Amino acid sequence: MSQSQIANTSPSQRRILVLGATSGIAEATCRIWASQGASLFLVARNAEKLAAVAADLRARGASFVDTAVSDLDDTDAHPALLAHAVNSLGGLDVAYLAHGVLGDQTRAEQEFNTAAHILHTNFMAPVSLVTWLANFFVQRRSGVIAVLSSVAGDRGRKSNYVYGSSKAGLSAFLAGLRNRVDREGVTVLTIKPGPTKTAMTAGMKGAEKFADVNAVARSIVAAIDKRKDNLYVPFQWQPIMFVIRHIPERVFKKLNL
Amino acid sequence: MSLRSTGEESSVKAPFESWGRYPLYRANVIPLHWQSDFPAVTQNLHNGILPVGLGRSYGDVGLLKDGNLLVTTGMDRIIAFDPETGLLTAEAGISLAQILDFAVPRGFFLPVTPGTKYVTLGGAIANDIHGKNHHVAGTFGCHVTEFELVRSDGTVIRCSPSQNPEFYAMTIGGLGLTGFIRWATLRLKPIVSRKIDYEGIQFHGIDEFLALTEASKEIEYTVSWVDCTSTGKNFCRGIFMQGDHSTKRAELKRSPEPKLVFPFDAPGFLLNHLSVAAFNTLFFHKQIQKRQVTLQDYEPFFYPLDKVLHWNRMYGKSGLLQFQYAIPWDLAREGTVAILKEVAKSGLASFLAVLKAFGDVPSPGVMSFPKPGITLALDFPIKPDKSFPLFERLADMTLEFGGRLYPAKDAAMTAAQFQAFYPQWQQLARFRDPMITSSFWERVTGDQPNL
Repeated sequence: MSQSQIANTSPSQRRILVLGATSGIAEATCRIWASQGASLFLVARNAEKLAAVAADLRARGASFVDTAVSDLDDTDAHPALLAHAVNSLGGLDVAYLAHGVLGDQTRAEQEFNTAAHILHTNFMAPVSLVTWLANFFVQRRSGVIAVLSSVAGDRGRKSNYVYGSSKAGLSAFLAGLRNRVDREGVTVLTIKPGPTKTAMTAGMKGAEKFADVNAVARSIVAAIDKRKDNLYVPFQWQPIMFVIRHIPERVFKKLNL
Repeated sequence: MSLRSTGEESSVKAPFESWGRYPLYRANVIPLHWQSDFPAVTQNLHNGILPVGLGRSYGDVGLLKDGNLLVTTGMDRIIAFDPETGLLTAEAGISLAQILDFAVPRGFFLPVTPGTKYVTLGGAIANDIHGKNHHVAGTFGCHVTEFELVRSDGTVIRCSPSQNPEFYAMTIGGLGLTGFIRWATLRLKPIVSRKIDYEGIQFHGIDEFLALTEASKEIEYTVSWVDCTSTGKNFCRGIFMQGDHSTKRAELKRSPEPKLVFPFDAPGFLLNHLSVAAFNTLFFHKQIQKRQVTLQDYEPFFYPLDKVLHWNRMYGKSGLLQFQYAIPWDLAREGTVAILKEVAKSGLASFLAVLKAFGDVPSPGVMSFPKPGITLALDFPIKPDKSFPLFERLADMTLEFGGRLYPAKDAAMTAAQFQAFYPQWQQLARFRDPMITSSFWERVTGDQPNL
């Protein structure tokens, strides 16, 4: 494999596309990149929130920040959006996918449309984005695609199997894609955060014990720099999920998880 | 393992601890993340609301029993920064620690900082905090050039000394009651080094303290630690600490250090008069020479206790109470001696007795605590039968000497005492947002939220 270009690109010259930039983990990650002087293109649904995040990142030292308001559920709009982002940044080194919804498990158990919406946002939309990005990077024989999946995708549990299955599908898709593009000089990083203190988890039971979002962000930046394939964050989730994946089904189905 | 997700829950009934861990009240805790979250989140809320930050107030100014606490720490974005003027505009939930992380590498520092950096910008305004440079810089509010106040009915009020000056004056030190502070602009001050030129000087007695205070008027930061357990010839001995930002150009960045966390609630017997007296003697003699001069990083100079997260657990489960007064110059010496004697006589322990002279820079805040004279802060572990009678006595003495107590550090003063300390409270009552109240406010005024 040719030596990756990102390893030669100093953080201050890095051009990064962030999809779902107003999510808690994405915002914390972007603050680190901004303080390193990176160039950022941010995409989110809500214009007002996006503007607040962009202003913050400019103040923190980003070399360049551009934004686009877009609902990423609209997969037809993806090619034009991504082309615009690459054009605005004058190239692309890292694409970071951080959008997603937790959804309402209880409702999704009753109505397919709720489940379908969660699956579309968390699986179908990233598949569309990542397909375009992978082909773009393969042509240039360089680039990193970093995607927020979840430990919840490692095994279906009754408390959130719809969300979990969307992330399971995403993790499997990324593993296959990695297998395809690694020899083309493209890195695919699957990030599996455990419960993290963000707006998405605010008010949940036990939220005070969740991981600190800034620590999670630091691990993600480091994993991208090291061109890792998989990241459990905080790292304790790796052995925990190893155990959970290996509990025999006849035992697992009786558990309340 | 907590992997459970329940979807659309947006709040949780939980005890929200103040720094003193007394009183303990349950409240509905609602985290805010975006400027537009207020007043949107208040729809269908009952029992009043109170915006709160990092919960570093000691008593009940940041608590609302059975009400709704709007936690602003998710609103921590920088809105604008001008490196020419040092003007920083940020959302109100940003902490002073975050401001320092941003500002110090760029050659700027907080104009005023208290003894912890884990305070939000909004909280610093609402309590009009002060620091070791009060005698030259005044309070935090003196450096807040503008902010946006949002009332629960949705009205947005831009406040500055020239725009809506009455809301500006009532909100600085207004205990968060006049509305929701959405963002604020703060004037930072330039520095060229992280270091502080530090000098520590031992003193014996209040007169030596006053002489050192007089001699250090040109020095930016001054504060004293005083041994409040000693009597006789050691009465009112202490260490006078003074410092200036080093003017020798130096590296402004530093790599982060790991933090210590106080891991458990200390059993009560660890803190008795004997152990504190021993600690105080050790602390006094830790500085071997009468004078000690060093160059030190700003962190240990300003925030010696922040290195130990949750140091309040040192006081055990029942919590601690601070008692801080300001007594004007004419009776400051007499009052300080009388109160220190009363404390020593009570046998109740205080590790952290902090003595400082307030200067005469006026605060723009109507309800601001500091006034020219002497301030003394003491903390006590709470022992129900002994602590409260002592606090009441000390508050009465403060009143007799023409002083007042600091609401941010109080959980004990009576309504009559508060109203005598702050006759301007009725003005604040008129400017209070009808939905916003606190357990402190209800306790000292009898006011209830009008819903």
